[in-house]
Amino acid sequence: MSTLAAEKRPPRHIPDKLSTPAGRLLGSWETLLAAVAIAIFTANSLASPHFLDPWNLSDATYNFTEKAMIAFAMTLLIISGEIDLSVAAIIALASTAMGAAAQAGFQTPALVGIGLSVGLLCGAFNGLLVARFGLPSIVVTIGTMSLFRGIAQIVLGDQAYGGYPSSFAWFGQGYMSDFPWWPTIPGFEVVTFEMVAFVVFALLFGILLHRTTFGRWIYAIGNNAFAAQFSGIPVQRTKFILFLLTGLMSGVAAVCLTSRLGSTRHTIAVGWELEAITMAVLGGVSILGGSGSIPGVVLAAIVMGLVTFGLGLLNVPGIIMSIFIGLLLIVVIALPIVVRRIRSRTPA
Amino acid sequence: MSRILKYRELLLLVINLVLIAAFSTRAPGFASPKSLANIFNDTSILIILALGQMAVLLTRSIDLSVAANLSFTGMAVAMLNSAHPEVPLPLLIAAALGIGAGLGAINGFMVWKIGIPAIVATLGTLTIYRGMAFVLSGGAWVNQTQMTQAFLNTPRMPVLGLPLLGWTAILVIAIIAIVFTRTIFGRSLYAAGGNPTAALYAGVDVGRTKFFAFMLSGALSGLCGYLWVSRYAVAYVDIAAGFELDTVAACVIGGISTLGGIGSVGGAVLGALFLGVIKNALPVIEISPFWQMAISGLVIIIAVLLNARQDRRKGRLILRDAAKSRSVRVATPVEGAAA
Repeated sequence: MSTLAAEKRPPRHIPDKLSTPAGRLLGSWETLLAAVAIAIFTANSLASPHFLDPWNLSDATYNFTEKAMIAFAMTLLIISGEIDLSVAAIIALASTAMGAAAQAGFQTPALVGIGLSVGLLCGAFNGLLVARFGLPSIVVTIGTMSLFRGIAQIVLGDQAYGGYPSSFAWFGQGYMSDFPWWPTIPGFEVVTFEMVAFVVFALLFGILLHRTTFGRWIYAIGNNAFAAQFSGIPVQRTKFILFLLTGLMSGVAAVCLTSRLGSTRHTIAVGWELEAITMAVLGGVSILGGSGSIPGVVLAAIVMGLVTFGLGLLNVPGIIMSIFIGLLLIVVIALPIVVRRIRSRTPA
Repeated sequence: MSRILKYRELLLLVINLVLIAAFSTRAPGFASPKSLANIFNDTSILIILALGQMAVLLTRSIDLSVAANLSFTGMAVAMLNSAHPEVPLPLLIAAALGIGAGLGAINGFMVWKIGIPAIVATLGTLTIYRGMAFVLSGGAWVNQTQMTQAFLNTPRMPVLGLPLLGWTAILVIAIIAIVFTRTIFGRSLYAAGGNPTAALYAGVDVGRTKFFAFMLSGALSGLCGYLWVSRYAVAYVDIAAGFELDTVAACVIGGISTLGGIGSVGGAVLGALFLGVIKNALPVIEISPFWQMAISGLVIIIAVLLNARQDRRKGRLILRDAAKSRSVRVATPVEGAAA
């Protein structure tokens, strides 16, 4: 090991012409994910006769919609080179605040407002520590993870909050067909509020990341924060906004999850930070920052939802599923690295 | 640099002593030798794990799988003990160290040879190892009645007023202190994390150093697997859930930089003891144990703020300093007062 890393790199290969857009699409991570999703979908429908039932599939979406909402914001944050491990703890705190407010007799709109504000406040706290004081986000959010869930634990102890107003249940359990303007096409009656929220947030975050200047800033910061700063990009402010967004989306997820469960304990959403990060990384987001896409994360969310739901139909216990998720995370990251290394060894 | 580190350890020591003194005014007997020995004994496992975590942190990595490793290894040795009571204890401890080191080596291999970022690799193995504990046990518990007396009682045997568990921690501290400061491997740990490029030029194999750091962390987690199971006299899948964060917290409080290369054994031990003192004091001063989590969170954040102040004393690029000048100004008065 006397040679330096730089010397081992092969000479740069410059192709005669760029690959066609269609060729690039075929070879992309997103295409691979879509193929995996279709394969799992087929395997599931063959493995269990109950899988293809529309209501079953509608229920299956709850496996990923809430986590995906966090994963979208987490994607932006990871691309910018930061990470937020406190998202699940923010859900716990926001849910606890909503539970306390419900006990005090607040109605649904106020509860939603409280949930979202707590999310925003927590995000602002993380953002302040990382962007203003320049602290490493991994350690900061490990700390706030303890702090936020710890506060929920102080408030709740071993008790649980329940008794949410009945209209509050709609966010996590409601169907869009409750609205008179929803089209009465067969099949559309199984569409839940969370599915629509998932699609809307996917579009919003997709546009924000891929079609706006702010989105370009995120990539620039993730690739080279110094160069970004020299280019006049407000690096710290952008990071602060990204933490705010992640906090807000955790608040949204808290509203949906609390509404779906109908109760709050301090262990609510334990381990979700890992699943949100796995989702983003599976979606092709580089954990080192600088690359990734929202379509990839959408597909990854669907793949993870299908895997867990399919395994659930086969009566596989949850902890075995988590082995699959863990393996998936490692394989998905290792595969491109190994493939690239094999390719660079055999000259084309 | 060493002066700053000494200052940090001294500060932590003083804070620990002040805390103990403050708590003993509320609860006489808290500062008695017996109670202090009890606190140390209670914190032993955290100390050992924190030292393993420190080795990994020094190389600019992080090991989030320590608690899952502990759970799997603890379950494995407990099941071995209940199925084959004739296996002698030293062999079981060797097995715990070996299994733990093996699991750590898997982490290290992924970081060294495949090049997966440590946080992702260990995030993955965190769920896998705990899942494996479930597969191994089928979700069943190993209870006190199924374990042999030697297995359960050896770590509790008091020697000079301190149980063997506490002495194990002291032994590990001594070995780690020598390894980190007096061996080539120890210096490589600091070099690999402090400046990987310079370490490479100096002939340090950074990847291999990380591998052995993960193996060390794994072996200590394995040892703690046995210690945990015998201390609490039960093995089940969820033991020590979330404990990996406590080990990171202990290190961060002890002044070990998560950016690698900075930190001392004394710091890690005092950081762990700080958490241990608070944990043991809460019931004594009649605060609900539910406060524990929020307090450690707050302490981590404060410790990171203090650590960052320390890091900033090194040379920095002008532009980044300009961008952070406001936060530096916030920190400066405190710094002046302390100096």
